Amino acid sequence: MNLYRLPAYELHQLIQDREISIQELTRSIFQRIEELEDKIKAFLSLDIEGAMEQARRLDRKLSQGKKLGSLGGIPIAVKDNICLKGKRTTCGSRILEDFRPPYSATVAQRLKEADAIIIGKTNMDEFAMGSSTENSVFQVTRNPWNLGSIPGGSSGGSAAAVASGETVMALGSDTGGSIRQPASFCGVVGLKPTYGRVSRYGLVAFASSLDQIGPITRDVRDCALLLGVLNGRDELDSTSLDYPVPSYLEYLVPDLKDMRIGLPREYFVPGMSHEVREAIVQATGVLEKLGAKVEEVSLPHTEYAIATYYLIATAEASSNLARYDGVGYGLRTRGKTNLIEMYKKSRQEGFGEEVKRRIMLGTYVLSKGYYEDYYGKAGRVRTLVRQDFEEVFQSYDAVVTPASPTVAFKIGEKVDDPLKMYLSDIFTISANLAGIPGISVPCGYSQEGLPIGLQILAKAFDETTLLRIAYAYEQSTNWHKSKPEDLKL
Amino acid sequence: MNYQTSIGLEVHVQLLTRSKLFCGCSTQFGSSPNSQTCPVCLGLPGVLPSINKKAVERTILTALALGCKVSPFSRFARKNYYYPDLPKNFQISQYDEPLAKDGYLEFELDGKHRRVRIQRVHLEEDAGKIIHGEDIQNPEDKDSSFIDYNRTGIPLMEIVSYPEIHSPEEAYQYLVNLKRVLGYLEVSDCNMEEGSLRCDANISLAPKGARLGVKTELKNMNSFKEIREGLSSEIERQAALLDKGEKVPQETRLWDPHEQATIPMRGKEEAHDYRYFPEPDLLPLKVSQEWIRSVKEAVVELPFHRYQRFISQYHLPVYDASVLTDSRELADYFEECVRNFLHPKVVSNWIMGEFLRLVKKETESLRKIKMKPFMLAHLLEEVQKGVISGKLAKEVFQKMFKSGRPAEEIIRQEKLGQISNEKELEEIIQRVMMQNSKAVDDFKKGKDKALIFLVGQVMRETKGRANPDLVNRLLKEKMGVRE
Repeated sequence: MNLYRLPAYELHQLIQDREISIQELTRSIFQRIEELEDKIKAFLSLDIEGAMEQARRLDRKLSQGKKLGSLGGIPIAVKDNICLKGKRTTCGSRILEDFRPPYSATVAQRLKEADAIIIGKTNMDEFAMGSSTENSVFQVTRNPWNLGSIPGGSSGGSAAAVASGETVMALGSDTGGSIRQPASFCGVVGLKPTYGRVSRYGLVAFASSLDQIGPITRDVRDCALLLGVLNGRDELDSTSLDYPVPSYLEYLVPDLKDMRIGLPREYFVPGMSHEVREAIVQATGVLEKLGAKVEEVSLPHTEYAIATYYLIATAEASSNLARYDGVGYGLRTRGKTNLIEMYKKSRQEGFGEEVKRRIMLGTYVLSKGYYEDYYGKAGRVRTLVRQDFEEVFQSYDAVVTPASPTVAFKIGEKVDDPLKMYLSDIFTISANLAGIPGISVPCGYSQEGLPIGLQILAKAFDETTLLRIAYAYEQSTNWHKSKPEDLKL
Repeated sequence: MNYQTSIGLEVHVQLLTRSKLFCGCSTQFGSSPNSQTCPVCLGLPGVLPSINKKAVERTILTALALGCKVSPFSRFARKNYYYPDLPKNFQISQYDEPLAKDGYLEFELDGKHRRVRIQRVHLEEDAGKIIHGEDIQNPEDKDSSFIDYNRTGIPLMEIVSYPEIHSPEEAYQYLVNLKRVLGYLEVSDCNMEEGSLRCDANISLAPKGARLGVKTELKNMNSFKEIREGLSSEIERQAALLDKGEKVPQETRLWDPHEQATIPMRGKEEAHDYRYFPEPDLLPLKVSQEWIRSVKEAVVELPFHRYQRFISQYHLPVYDASVLTDSRELADYFEECVRNFLHPKVVSNWIMGEFLRLVKKETESLRKIKMKPFMLAHLLEEVQKGVISGKLAKEVFQKMFKSGRPAEEIIRQEKLGQISNEKELEEIIQRVMMQNSKAVDDFKKGKDKALIFLVGQVMRETKGRANPDLVNRLLKEKMGVRE
């Protein structure tokens, strides 16, 4: 039995039934990492010692007849922009290469309380800025379905690790699609929760009003399971809302009777891959068969989403990243110099191209004389984008779209063309602007065998509907059962 | 030429809260460097602020006392600039949506009533403190600078006046009276030495009747006195420029107390673009009417009102009223005394004289003083009745102040003012014997109790000050008993 193949809830059952030990499972995951990591390069750091120690502790707990938490013994990988006390947290950046936070993120705390086993930190685009994970200064992660392709980004390491069986589950973060897009490129499930659903405390900020942490998993049930652990009000995050937390698993039923689903016409754009379009059309057929009524709807401000996003996200980023100045922690330029030079050189040496580009754009956007035209206007368009969704959700339970206009592209293909790269997030960005939840589930493969993702969006705090549709769809298809090895790996 | 001076003051006050504005760290002054820090106030990657409700409440309280409108909806904003004492390289402050605006401060200047309007009251976080190597003993540290983040994140309230102050003296009185208000509300200890009150000034001169002139911003004034001096010096400087027909350049200047002059810091071109934008990590601050109402209950009678009332109700001179209302504790003390002894001017004289002299000498907070107001009132009562002489009262007062024991006890135990002069007592005894001849007869007939009665009468005549042993002996002698 290849343990790394199984979803968390099955593994959890095997552990409860004492069919397997947690140490056995953890060891098998590390073995899998050892076999594949040279090719995939999903991890920036591993915590073998800490994970095995936790596995031993949990096995002991079980043998004493004690109950484990809902993720008892499940290996999980964490994106490297989520703080773990004493563990390197680099954000894929030179500037934080040796940074070890003295505290843990709230989500890490919750994973610990649920008895999960954190096995390591995954690769990402520097400060989560990117769509291919090529902006990591440390390594390029490869798509397990085709090692010549990117895994998507910025949570590319997490998505690739789940897809290749290097972990059972993973945490990603999503500012403009950074969970959903890599999930779709790697043929796994990725969910961006409603803004305010999951605490951001301990997530190194990119764009504070857009960032959310969320699960990347093998299937929808695992996704619901993990979201249930992560979510809920946190006193340390003022923007995390005190909203009722449903037990998501109860909503996973394999039918969509009386569901009304919108298909926004603005999401079928020129330049979109034919295969992706086909896969989505077929998926809507499946949804209809399950009892849902699928109709075309309109989200008229969609075309402004990308521009709006790049103004808001960069403005916030320019301020959030100001703290990396070489003073208290992180990279400081060598040699004696004065204060201003130290700032300049440390940041010059510590940040990569894309990060610098966005800091400059964001600084400009907030400057005197430009603020109103850019940041101010972007804020107003953001409201319009949100209202588009609110309008549609008055008559529809959810909206389905492609997760990305294409499948995973080749490594190096878009590195030199930031605008092209930005367009790969064109379908995911609106959900961040509107603060609504979105999920990507596998819905087919391109001819060359690369996964395609179906994105489902629902109204704020309606993750139950999202998961229910995703689950019903998944259960009536076989896409999620395919694994990279069956194809090329 | 004669110019109209317009001064606007920006006062920063550290709020008296136990913990910082956005984290749970202590705000205690004087702890060892960086001992009161955490990931949040150090601005480490991934941290988020959460607002201290007490700090908001103290700001609302101050705003209400200053007659401001408290916004039901206000917002925090990021003020972006690079400086090593600011670990995030932005300060969480408030910008175009402050917590409160449109209030005023009332005070008197040269006997005239003044009312300076207040533009806004808002809440922000303090920065850390940079300590330069040359100020440290260790020679190895000479070329380095160090940062103490203990102050980082302490709540600061900013109170901004309109440019309606017209002289350095008026600025001084504004500050004295603002400090009084803050002290009355117990929102800040306003200690300029410890940096819990800081003040910057905007100042401009214009020909009388003209619109506001070009302003300079004045910083680095470390006491109310320096503010008065700095403003005077800046007025002279600007007037000299204008007299020569030159323009005043818009700039920020520093007060140099050694040179007694202002020096340029940065010009308009070098002014920061702070790139303010709404703080995305905090929800907009909502203040409900109920909250405002409940805070309003904590607004005490304000110093200026009390000052006016002391004059009208107690008929005190202006000077007395001003001194007595300087702090809430002192004014309370005075009123409590007057309640027990209805001669306000007498009480005022005692408090402003002997009392404040001892308070200053003992440097104790008024609250800790053991002599309660009713004790002072009682003492003054005795003086007024002539029971205690003024001279004796001063002696008793000092002992009361230090020990907190009541006057009678001090007089009795320490035998203060006891009459042991035989001649003086003999006169009284003579009189008592004449007025009570029956008792004298009784005693002579052998009734010992009559002696006790007679001693009591003497004690009564002397208001208890007679030395009882001596009275006993003298009485017996007079009635023919020898021991």
